[in-house]
Amino acid sequence: MSGLAVNTELLQKVLVGFVREEIRKVGVKKAVLGLSGGIDSALVAYIAAEALGPENVHAVIMPYRTSSPESEAHARLVGERLGIHYQVLEISPMVDAYFALFPEATPLRRGNKMARERMTVLFDHSAALSALVLGTSNKTELLLGYGTLYGDMASALNPIGDIYKSQVWLLSEAMGVPMEIVEKKPSADLWAGQTDEQELGFTYREVDELLYRMVDLRMSRAELEIHGFAPEFIDEIYTKVQNSHFKRRLPIIAKVSNRTIDRDFRYARDWGK
Amino acid sequence: MDFTVALAQIKPKLGCVADNLALIEEAVERGIREQAGLVVFPELALTGYFLKDLVPEVARPLYAPEIRRLADLSRHIGIAVGFVEVSDDHHFYNAAIYLEEGEIRRHHRKVYLPTYGLFDEQRYLASGDRFRAFDSRLGRMGLLICEDMWHLSAPYILAMDGATTLICLSSSPGRGITEADTFASTASWQRLTSATAMFLNSRVLYCNRVGYEDGVNFWGGSEIIDPSGALTVRGKILEEDFVIGGVSEESLRRERISSPMMRDENLFITLKELKRIGKERNR
Repeated sequence: MSGLAVNTELLQKVLVGFVREEIRKVGVKKAVLGLSGGIDSALVAYIAAEALGPENVHAVIMPYRTSSPESEAHARLVGERLGIHYQVLEISPMVDAYFALFPEATPLRRGNKMARERMTVLFDHSAALSALVLGTSNKTELLLGYGTLYGDMASALNPIGDIYKSQVWLLSEAMGVPMEIVEKKPSADLWAGQTDEQELGFTYREVDELLYRMVDLRMSRAELEIHGFAPEFIDEIYTKVQNSHFKRRLPIIAKVSNRTIDRDFRYARDWGK
Repeated sequence: MDFTVALAQIKPKLGCVADNLALIEEAVERGIREQAGLVVFPELALTGYFLKDLVPEVARPLYAPEIRRLADLSRHIGIAVGFVEVSDDHHFYNAAIYLEEGEIRRHHRKVYLPTYGLFDEQRYLASGDRFRAFDSRLGRMGLLICEDMWHLSAPYILAMDGATTLICLSSSPGRGITEADTFASTASWQRLTSATAMFLNSRVLYCNRVGYEDGVNFWGGSEIIDPSGALTVRGKILEEDFVIGGVSEESLRRERISSPMMRDENLFITLKELKRIGKERNR
């Protein structure tokens, strides 16, 4: 698996330390996250439980009525194994009430709305529990833009946003995430039988190998082709990264003053922490 | 001279000078209790690292009360510490001072400000313009701040200027994770400190911070390298630590007998060739 292989012990230490320190330095001790039943949120729950103690981790399982029952079962399994707080909160009533007004809405609109409904639940719990929301998007998804802006991409802290899906698998296995979750096919669970790889048209392992060389190693196009990547595949992925870049940035602000937020008004978020 | 060194592997708070001063004082007092002759702090220990637009707010002149306070403590122990210095003409420097016997023995402004990858120092800071060795109660020394050490000429100049102890204050982020036991950045630094000590027959005292700033970790691993390039002692990775180790005149003496590269180093050939290169570049 080339350069994607990682020392999971060191990686675990960095990510656990990240959650512990970045949460405590803002003066809180708890985290809240959505558990989907998939591997990314399961891994974040494992990291958070180790960082903060299971008593300080609150998970919300938020199925929609078309979600697979297996997803909910896997999410509960994570909650039970870790001994963290968890609750099931169905989002069907909120989502359905809205789409009663727009019965013609496409599956894309519905999927995005569900992701944003979950986000509002998590941020409400953030205030209710004095807990920070943990993000569960991995580097592969973030680079491809395979997520909903202000939905599942929204969080206060994301421990896994700089590791590829292939590395999520490695670390999850090392940290003891249940094998039925590690081994199942990744799915956004928007409809029965959906899988990410089918929808994307390539496997995570294939795209991770390319992204690692393109982004992390900054290989030239010629070099990528020598490494055996098809020119059309390189184009497709490059375009996806480019076209989804807006999702990785704050909204842009029209500049009129001498000091514009994030352009010439620059401070770390950990300012004073 | 034989002496004990303490490397204060602390976790400064970003932009909080008063809190960091308290952290530094506490470590200085611990160094005194442990009978160390010298306590070394990380780069920008008084301020934190990713300061950006905070630079003017946290900067202090050499005569600031915080510096005075540390100078007072240096009546009992040598102190090497990093902070943002503001000059009287309102330039800001990534600076380090060596304090002893109540005075500033040496003041170094970081020359090489990294501005690539995750670094952005030259946007906010002015560069220093010299490397000078200095005499301390513990022998002749040289100060380097982090990136300075990645430029071969910097420790070379200090060693040619007679320094036998090279002190490097650092805020090095951990990055590049592979199957290896350490970050790629950690492995590079460890090769660098060892090779620098070995080439220059000098000991290296390396102090790196820990903690996270906006998701970036600092890996620690502060270390004392003896003049043969061998590790004397190393601090924990990614955790606060207070690393104590001995430095001996005998090991320096033996190394300088068995591998007298610094004795044989020909300053005049180096100068002649560098002058030629300078002239050719100017053409």
